[in-house]
Amino acid sequence: MALAPAITDIEQLKDKPEVAALLAWNTAAVTGAKFDRNELTVWIKRDQIVPACLFLRDHAELKFNMLVDVTCVDFFPSEPRFEVVYHLLSIPRKTRLRLKVALADNDAKIGSVISVWSSCNFFEREVFDLFGVQFEGHPYLKRIMMPEDWKGHPLRKDYPVEGYR
Amino acid sequence: MALTQTPALEPGADRTMILNMGPQHPSTHGVLRLVVEIDGETIVRIMPDIGYLHTGIEKTCEAKFYQQVVPLTDRIDYLCPMTNNLTYCLAVEKLLGLEIPPRAQWIRVMMNEITRINSHLVWLGTHALDIGAMSVFLYCFREREDVLRLFEAVAGQRMMTSYFRIGGLALDLPLDFLQRVKAFADRFPSNVDEYESLLTNNPIWINRLKGVAKISAEDAIALGTTGPTLRASGVDIDLRRDAPYTGYENFKFKVPVGKEGDVYERYLLRVQELRESIGIVKQALEGMPAGRIKADAPKVVLPDRENMKTQMESLIYHFKIITEGFTVPAGEVYQAVESPRGEMGYYIVSDGTAKPYRVHMRSPSFANLQALPAMCEGRLIADVVAAIGSIDIVLGDVDR
Repeated sequence: MALAPAITDIEQLKDKPEVAALLAWNTAAVTGAKFDRNELTVWIKRDQIVPACLFLRDHAELKFNMLVDVTCVDFFPSEPRFEVVYHLLSIPRKTRLRLKVALADNDAKIGSVISVWSSCNFFEREVFDLFGVQFEGHPYLKRIMMPEDWKGHPLRKDYPVEGYR
Repeated sequence: MALTQTPALEPGADRTMILNMGPQHPSTHGVLRLVVEIDGETIVRIMPDIGYLHTGIEKTCEAKFYQQVVPLTDRIDYLCPMTNNLTYCLAVEKLLGLEIPPRAQWIRVMMNEITRINSHLVWLGTHALDIGAMSVFLYCFREREDVLRLFEAVAGQRMMTSYFRIGGLALDLPLDFLQRVKAFADRFPSNVDEYESLLTNNPIWINRLKGVAKISAEDAIALGTTGPTLRASGVDIDLRRDAPYTGYENFKFKVPVGKEGDVYERYLLRVQELRESIGIVKQALEGMPAGRIKADAPKVVLPDRENMKTQMESLIYHFKIITEGFTVPAGEVYQAVESPRGEMGYYIVSDGTAKPYRVHMRSPSFANLQALPAMCEGRLIADVVAAIGSIDIVLGDVDR
């Protein structure tokens, strides 16, 4: 099967219920969308991520009741450097949605979605540990994989594979 | 629900004491450390401390070619190596847009289900051992030996199989392999009866497990639990049925769903899954198609050894793939698979080069472990071991 080109035009994606609902809720919160390889991605403004997650969870039709995963990608040296990635699953509808938030290098902070899904606890700690992204409002933001006195954040692209010596 | 983990475990009032459990503890199934605050025999707080087995696999992946990552994935969850191989290969194949021939898909389904049996057997044996039923362990490992021999026959390795490759399989099945699987599949249901006769109606087993470590469906969903742990609480989701991959839509099987959400329910569910898995293996045996085991994509899939001896192109492609890898179109995918423990997901970002830009493993054990405090707090310390066993964590999978 040949790969269909990705759709990145938000106008063409308005027939997706997730995109339509988010736009109807708050047009300013959505900064982009992509439909590629049968997966839908929506970029959300940083200060809107917690209300957006709450909206998606409690929406009567969308019902994204489970946060499956939180991770991060480092695009060093380009800016904005980090992208925090949320994978949502709607168990009643069996559909998935990916939310992304771009973060600048000198301001890698984002609100914790712990008030929406308690499952983000470990995931956000892992992203904090390995990428150094701060989650504001997380009740216990400590290193989870690395020892507590570890220097640096290993999954950053400027961290050498063999570690600092 | 309230967040169960609280900052800084301090021995506050005189009544409570802090108990350190692990990381070297036989019933934590690896190197899990639990900091437990107890009031007499009742748990006030419990806090998992993980990371003892962190090997930085995600970082290592960024320095490897796509095909070199496959052997790393075995090491994440070493009880279901083929499921890890499968998830990674499916994710890369999705990035590439590769079509896999039917025979490879059927073999993948069959081996994946045998892997599930392997994983559940280790779980059942060690879980029963934790509770104090020594003999079940011996029976389970007897059958596990059969499964490992099958792995060895097909991949040359008993645990780290790396049998699934991007675009298909490493090798075709050995000559008498299907007969061996058939003999195993015919024998195995009576073995499951044997385990059940030892446990299911055993009053000690029931008293020890019933009503222990209960979790409601809402809490289980909010905490991100997946797999049998979630289904035992009454949530009907199984990715094999709801989001079929690698040809699972061609197979008929039941998804057992419980309602109590306690340890006993999780036990019953996994035993039923053993029976369903052997059913899928039998269906795969009956309908096994003939044909190729690798996709028709010479730039991605290694050529056959025989062709390399006679065809120049095959030799060139082999040399190119080994030395330079193959490029993958830019993009990102998240591929989720129903592993024995729950949803195993690989999130891969490609920047169009021969090495993955980012590989993230969403491991089921890591997420399921978060449910442990909700299961244990306010209950007896003696039930912690039962609770850990029932969520079926593998510490390689937790720490990656």
